[in-house]
Amino acid sequence: MKRYDAIVIGAGSIGVPTALALAQEGLAPLVIDMRPSPGQGDNKHAIGGIRATHSSPAKIVACRRSLEIFATWKETHGDDIEWQPGGYIFPVYRQAEETVLKGYLPLQRRYGLDIEWVGPARMTAAVPGLNPRGLRGGTVSPEDGSASPLLSVNAFYRRARSLGAEFRFKEKVGGLMVEAGRVTGVTTDREAYRAPVVIDAAGGLSRELTRSMGCEMPVMPESHEAGITEPVAMFCPAMVVDLRPAPGSKNYYFYQNHHGQIVFCITPDPPIAGTDTRSTSVFLPQCCGRMIDLMPRLKNIRVRRVWRGTYPMTSDGSPLVGWNRDRRGLLHATGMCGQGYMLGPGLGEVVARMVTERLTDDDRMILEAFSPYRDLTCEVEALK
Amino acid sequence: MGQHRIDHHPILDVPDRPRVEFTWNGQPLKGCAGEMIASALIANGIHIFGHHPKDHSPQGIFCANGQCSQCLVRVNGRPVKSCMTALEPGMAVESVEGLPRLPAEDDPVALHPIETIAVEVLIIGGGPAGLAAAVELGQLEVPTLLVDDKDRLGGKLVLQTHKFFGSVADSYAGTRGYRIAERLAEQVRALPSVRILLDTTAVGVFADQAVGIVSGLRYRLVRPRKLLVATGAREKMLSFPGNTLPGVYGAGAFQTLVNRDLVRASRRVLIVGGGNVGLIAGYHAIQAGIEVAALIEALPETGGYKVHADKLQRLGVPILTRHTIVSAQGRDHVEKATIARLDERWQVVPGTHRTYAVDTVLMAVGLAEVNEFTLQARSFGMDVYTAGDAQEIAEASAAMFTGRIEGFRIARALGRQTGAIPPDWDAKAAILKSKPGPTVQPRVPAAESGVFPVFHCLQEVPCNPCTAVCPIGAIHTEDERLTGLPYRDETLECTGCMACAAVCPGLAITLVDYRRDPARPLVTLPYEVWREKVAAGQTVILTDRQGQALGGFPVERVRVKKKYPETLLVQVRLDRAVAKQAVGIRVQPEAPEPSTLYENAPLPDEAVVCRCERVTAGEIRAAIRDGVRDINQLKALNRTGMGACGAKTCRPMVWRIFQEEGVDLKAVTDRVDRPLFVEVPMGTLAGAAGGEDQ
Repeated sequence: MKRYDAIVIGAGSIGVPTALALAQEGLAPLVIDMRPSPGQGDNKHAIGGIRATHSSPAKIVACRRSLEIFATWKETHGDDIEWQPGGYIFPVYRQAEETVLKGYLPLQRRYGLDIEWVGPARMTAAVPGLNPRGLRGGTVSPEDGSASPLLSVNAFYRRARSLGAEFRFKEKVGGLMVEAGRVTGVTTDREAYRAPVVIDAAGGLSRELTRSMGCEMPVMPESHEAGITEPVAMFCPAMVVDLRPAPGSKNYYFYQNHHGQIVFCITPDPPIAGTDTRSTSVFLPQCCGRMIDLMPRLKNIRVRRVWRGTYPMTSDGSPLVGWNRDRRGLLHATGMCGQGYMLGPGLGEVVARMVTERLTDDDRMILEAFSPYRDLTCEVEALK
Repeated sequence: MGQHRIDHHPILDVPDRPRVEFTWNGQPLKGCAGEMIASALIANGIHIFGHHPKDHSPQGIFCANGQCSQCLVRVNGRPVKSCMTALEPGMAVESVEGLPRLPAEDDPVALHPIETIAVEVLIIGGGPAGLAAAVELGQLEVPTLLVDDKDRLGGKLVLQTHKFFGSVADSYAGTRGYRIAERLAEQVRALPSVRILLDTTAVGVFADQAVGIVSGLRYRLVRPRKLLVATGAREKMLSFPGNTLPGVYGAGAFQTLVNRDLVRASRRVLIVGGGNVGLIAGYHAIQAGIEVAALIEALPETGGYKVHADKLQRLGVPILTRHTIVSAQGRDHVEKATIARLDERWQVVPGTHRTYAVDTVLMAVGLAEVNEFTLQARSFGMDVYTAGDAQEIAEASAAMFTGRIEGFRIARALGRQTGAIPPDWDAKAAILKSKPGPTVQPRVPAAESGVFPVFHCLQEVPCNPCTAVCPIGAIHTEDERLTGLPYRDETLECTGCMACAAVCPGLAITLVDYRRDPARPLVTLPYEVWREKVAAGQTVILTDRQGQALGGFPVERVRVKKKYPETLLVQVRLDRAVAKQAVGIRVQPEAPEPSTLYENAPLPDEAVVCRCERVTAGEIRAAIRDGVRDINQLKALNRTGMGACGAKTCRPMVWRIFQEEGVDLKAVTDRVDRPLFVEVPMGTLAGAAGGEDQ
């Protein structure tokens, strides 16, 4: 039976960068995924936004590190992951959103986020075509950006492999091997592998996985739909987030990717529980209608494709990251609530330092906030 | 004006269409009102519609069917598919150079709710299968919605100028395709329970069992109890260097330009593929006054009906089997195409390269079912039926029949039809779908007196019009089978009425008449090309069945049967020795030998596989060699299949590269397909058009 330093379950937004971070720490990880290649779970459903604009200090700090990794990936490693420093822009039309966003500015700045409130004129200058009627202004955080989830996960995968990480695809984890209360490895539908550390990075499938291990984690998948248009000349590289609710939906957001395509997504209200990834006829009229209301010129851009993915939700909108209290050696890094892509590289490093026991003060702050054993009945994070 | 238009045609009427003015990149041009913009541009000699943002490669017409997006132009600032957008007076049409700019139209847009249409049956596709099904359903008064993305009914029948094979009783054999379209359309229009939406594209199927349709700028959702997918087929493509140059396109696209839009899109073409599609496209080219340099086929024999191949060879087109296309060359449009011979192991034989000066390469290397609707709708639990090519690639005659059968089955599933499917229907459908049989030796009648037909039909295909038209009932097929070869009952005396010669879709029946001069019998030959070349007194070069010249002979008389006005019956007096061998009239002059000089050694890795995203065979091969076994990962890495068409063209080629690389295909994961099937403006999806179609 082959031995590894750690086994990561899930080759997605969290699993792959975690394996990379472990390999960078000189460890020999094995990643197991039931799908045929990296990022084929919900990583590929991500639309590519990466922001440190959160209301939770833990997310701000983790994502600032992620942003650093994404932004420097090409110069450090050579492969283009289509990083685009377009920033995040939250246009505001109502007092309610203005109060919320302005209220978080001091905290966000305290944790190092570059963010400011700007008036309507600067808003329409930053986002050409933005509907000016009733526009009160909004926040701009220029250091946020976007990259291609598809290219990133493959770049992290290649780099991890070159540092010795191993990957097994089309292999389903059956159960945890435990000896004297300590994790010793996993069994799959093909083989058994030994490692003193097993990391649950199974996202939307974590609940099912941890249930089979006798330690169910409260990760509840919800489905969201997204779409992408034909490419047009660049005019809106920023991620535009409209927080207003409307019948049937909460916020929605879109940006123009490296190729010139508008990528867009909406949060359904009420949420749609489950892992169904089949597109519905509701999404396009709903989301396109709201986008055209915000930016009328979008009426002429043609939608190319739609898809539907899963947000592995927790009840308070924050991830579950920490050692399992009952299964020594089992580490959870899951429940990313749809932010796995942007949290992945930063959190992957935190997880690697948990394994090597070299935690920093920031890490401790993050882990306290994301503890799987925290009080999960708190209010949902405001900018979720 | 008009230099690239077909102003007269041996079969088709050329309507006198009013000309309108439009501009192309600011330059004033004229086109016909209502024709597709692509056709108007090609008629003006413009073949390059823009340049790709990734590598600046020239872009032009490819599918001419609304499927691919290669023909994108900007009209009054907005990107549109030029093959699907009708020309209007005063349009400012511009090429798309790199990425188009989204017009800064910032006025608020009023949005309307999206209408939902509930219906018993939705038929996608108004071609032979969809129309036949609609007739069946309409006769039973089943509420049916038929949508088609073109401006007229008939599907590909509209493009077919030749007389159809098949059965007279069941599939209009002997009638020209575009006429069949008219007749079927007329029948459907007379049925009040069938609602027809033209210019309406089915753009996606959704998990909540709704089908999205777009008419002009208006989006609607259809919720049918039963869905019939009669979307036909799309052409397969090959990867070779130069394969995306404007001027390389499908035979179907060619037929659309030439036969539907009456545009002389080419001067000289090379046809790749010897199935019926390629053979018929060659025939259509010559009817339209376009030269065919050659038709090549990789197999040892052409796969289409022998009568089609013979007909083409008689007109003077060389058919080269065991040949493949190596490359297409040209600066920004096809100027030359190089072919080479293949050995038994499908490898190019060194030193056999030959280069033709052609401006067009027509690809006719097979068809693939348009099955994305079917697969998605089924995965969403809808009750889906398929008919025609969407069910199984076969002739249009078979499509009409499967449409009828599926219409019947749907009616029965809805409780509108209690009877069982007539037991002979499935058998008939199977016969109409049957592949041609082996070629047999000619059986030439021994007689040299009286008058009688000579059948140059040496291969079993489903076809029987000759048996139906003989006024004395003297013509039969072997064992009275639809696929049986025809023969004459010699106990009955032929009257020499020429109906059999006039009706034969293969132009494979001649009449030899010894009555006036037994030494120099009068031979009647069917002919459907240029009238002016066969006037009485003119010398024509006659050929045998496969195109070998028999010599020049003066035309004695040209006759026409009233019922088949487009098929001329050319009468020539011949020596007794060759009278029964003469079958056709050569039209094309002896082609100049192609150049054996082959420049620019081809690098197959350069060939573009994904046209939308300009991904080459080399890039795909490198990823496969790097261990990629998931087409979704391939897409993630280099965008293969991520473009506008959604892998419609590249998918089979990608699989082929896996195969070429010796990968076990069972280990390869196919891509996940998602809506939409064609791109739709956001305003349309949001309900900006309200109740208006435009």
